[in-house]
Amino acid sequence: MRKLTVPTLLLAITGVIVFMSHQEYIDLYIQSVIMFMGVNIILSTSFNIVNGYMGEFACGHAGFMAVGAYVTSVVNVMLFTDDKVFGAALLPPETAVYLFPFTLLIGGAAAAVAGVLVAIPSFKTRDDYLAIITIAANFIIISTIINIDKIGGARGFMGMKKVLFAMTDSYDIPWILLWVMIFTFGTVFIIRRYVTSTYGKGIIAIKQDEVAAEIMSVNTNRMKLVAFMLSSGLAGIAGGLFAHILGYINPNSFGILKSTECLVMVYLGGMGSLSGSVISAILFTLLLESLRFIIPWMDTAMHYINLLPDSYELSQVWKWVIIPLILILLMQFRPEGIMGNRELSDVFPKLKKFYSFK
Amino acid sequence: MLASIIQNLFNAFQWGSFYSLIALGYTLVYGVLRLINFAHGDIFMVGAYIAFFIATAILGMAVSLPGWMVLAMVIPLTMILTALVGVSLERIAYRPLRRKGAHRLYVVITALMCGLVLENGNLALLGASRKSFPELVDKVVYTVGDLSMTNLKIGVVFSAILVFIFLQFIVTKTKIGMAMRAISYDKFAVPLMGIPIDTVIVFTFILGSSFAGLAGLLFALSYPILDPYMGAMIGWKAFIAAVVGGIGDIRGAFLGGFLLGFVEILVVAVFPSTYRDLIAFAILMTILCIKPTGMFGVAGTTKI
Repeated sequence: MRKLTVPTLLLAITGVIVFMSHQEYIDLYIQSVIMFMGVNIILSTSFNIVNGYMGEFACGHAGFMAVGAYVTSVVNVMLFTDDKVFGAALLPPETAVYLFPFTLLIGGAAAAVAGVLVAIPSFKTRDDYLAIITIAANFIIISTIINIDKIGGARGFMGMKKVLFAMTDSYDIPWILLWVMIFTFGTVFIIRRYVTSTYGKGIIAIKQDEVAAEIMSVNTNRMKLVAFMLSSGLAGIAGGLFAHILGYINPNSFGILKSTECLVMVYLGGMGSLSGSVISAILFTLLLESLRFIIPWMDTAMHYINLLPDSYELSQVWKWVIIPLILILLMQFRPEGIMGNRELSDVFPKLKKFYSFK
Repeated sequence: MLASIIQNLFNAFQWGSFYSLIALGYTLVYGVLRLINFAHGDIFMVGAYIAFFIATAILGMAVSLPGWMVLAMVIPLTMILTALVGVSLERIAYRPLRRKGAHRLYVVITALMCGLVLENGNLALLGASRKSFPELVDKVVYTVGDLSMTNLKIGVVFSAILVFIFLQFIVTKTKIGMAMRAISYDKFAVPLMGIPIDTVIVFTFILGSSFAGLAGLLFALSYPILDPYMGAMIGWKAFIAAVVGGIGDIRGAFLGGFLLGFVEILVVAVFPSTYRDLIAFAILMTILCIKPTGMFGVAGTTKI
């Protein structure tokens, strides 16, 4: 019985949200916030594999997201829509509904292959040098995309909205919302299964002591390869979803700043805590979106009490001052993040009565 | 053909100097604390802005001073104020964490966030309009045959070399340099020997940040458009240069900076300029794959 609570709950949430957005009880803005939450959950949990469970300091997650976003978008645009660059649709647009998850997986696979770019150097290099390799890989991926003119180069790539329209034409359901939720739950499930399996315990062993792990017959190179590929592959899926939510992607939106966002989410939640990553991704998205309203509100308030000169206006830029400041404070007072390396059921042991999540 | 190659080499020297000056700051802090001070690129940016404000303030005064005199006042003031920024970062953000004995990674994240605060705080306070740096020194162009060289470029290269020699002297020949090396060797035994560890660390930050300020000033003189994100990219690149040289080693940072400058300029000379980052980073990554600890780095041994 306890085994079924979490799936039932998730199914219910998915059903309710999809139904409500189909009936337009919740507007497009809230829908997009929910979708970004999902994407952020995928990003932070998948980044947690490398940074939390394996204990490496990688900081180029957005690069893999870019690979996934571009591959999925290009494949979808090529297959299902008539495009100026890629010519007529290769498949009838009605098939988009059925093939969309597969194109997402193709994007994920491409990102996983790109992950090898980082995984192979990680066999020999350690901490700070590996950090550099991941940053360099991020830069390399971005500037490769900028240099491919066929997919728009620095101008960005669009046309994904047509794919979505093709999907809703077949069956009128908010498909992208549904897929974001399914892939989010799938990601969390896969990662949970992976890190609690005997095989996946190898990456935790690498974090504790790489040499000792190797002596205990953990194939460290193989574990690193798998961990990096899984992490970057899931990031690629997140990228594909992200591209279809926005309908427009630009290589510069996958730069170091996006990678920093991923880092923030992982460390906010706690290294090596899956529920921490999920919670921090949700909180982070909510914080980002609420600052959109809080900052103008603060602006009026501070003008009202004459704290600010009339010529100066609090702008949205302050968002990126406030968020790093929050993280700095967090590092000072609770450096292990919200959850540390504990899971939700460790913090509230009574919850164990109600669910088991394996 | 030959002339254009030599011309490119001159440009490479200039860019290499900027990278070196910033990379030296990274490597100094890393060498002592084993901390990647990701805020360093933004301290460079702050240095450029400080130089801008001081220069405009001095130029705005009633007495009109000749450009070189203004420059002679701007350089030390910029270096001092930038050092102050660096030290206060250390004091406010890094030291409490160090005292608590927090994991190294948390300090790195804090540094990253401090960089973001500096960048975006600057953008939020000063607005997105770009500042143009006043011209302090008249540009003198020396022409030999087809080659042309400005006094600014020569100044930049010379100051980079001077800074390198100065730092090398401090680290290898003076007592405080010895203390710095001692801290990087064994952080726990050093206080027991009666060495004031915090003073040495503050000194390290003063050195690194003031030279970042100098780099910012020189950069603003050479490319007189300032924007808040100017430090981000150049900082990341300088960091990569420092790592390729072998982070923690002064010579490595110096040579790594110049290497990056050369690679970038040569790539631009042969390929379209959009390929610059791609090829430069690919080359650096290959170097790291072949020699994982950089050119001068010593591979750490692991005791079992």
